[in-house]
Amino acid sequence: MPGTDELKRRIEEALPGSRAEVQDLTGGGDHFKATVVAQEFAGMTRIEQHRRVYAVFGSEIGGPIHALSLETRAE
Amino acid sequence: MSENPIREAISEAITDHEVILFMKGTPERPMCGFSARTVAALDALGSPYAAVDVLPDPRIRQELSSISNWPTIPQLFVRGELVGGCDIVSEMYESGELAQTLGVEPPDEAPDEAPVAAEPGAPPLMPENRLG
Repeated sequence: MPGTDELKRRIEEALPGSRAEVQDLTGGGDHFKATVVAQEFAGMTRIEQHRRVYAVFGSEIGGPIHALSLETRAE
Repeated sequence: MSENPIREAISEAITDHEVILFMKGTPERPMCGFSARTVAALDALGSPYAAVDVLPDPRIRQELSSISNWPTIPQLFVRGELVGGCDIVSEMYESGELAQTLGVEPPDEAPDEAPVAAEPGAPPLMPENRLG
């Protein structure tokens, strides 16, 4: 079961130079919220930004990661 | 006969309805907090929308995600385009962009936060049937 530290590490590794903060929304280890700030988001729509983060986890979203709520910005 | 009737039915529904929400449960009885929150934002703007419950058959969700390249439910489409899931719809509600996208007036006294969603199984916030 993935934890907040693992999710943070995987997002930051997949999106070079990004900063991610991950919360476990329920304490149950399957509903997370991630706030991700990444240079590469500049010029991308919100849909594209969220797709980029979802892609890090592939089919784990909806599986072991039941929900991943996202807030993304380029900054 | 179609090779994939579910996929075709989903594509048709997206094309045929100007505003369509794929969700868990129904607007009257959302079965997931994220779906409930999205319904609450749409209902607060009073704009009509069609809704499809993805729960009765897991293939609906599978085919929808394959069409939209979006892994989670809910998914809101406006004029054939994916607008987003709960996070994006809530953000857009708060910024007024959602009203703009839907072509409706924002509420006179827009709350600072998106409307609070009913918990799954809780009584509906607005029991009006908007199923299209």
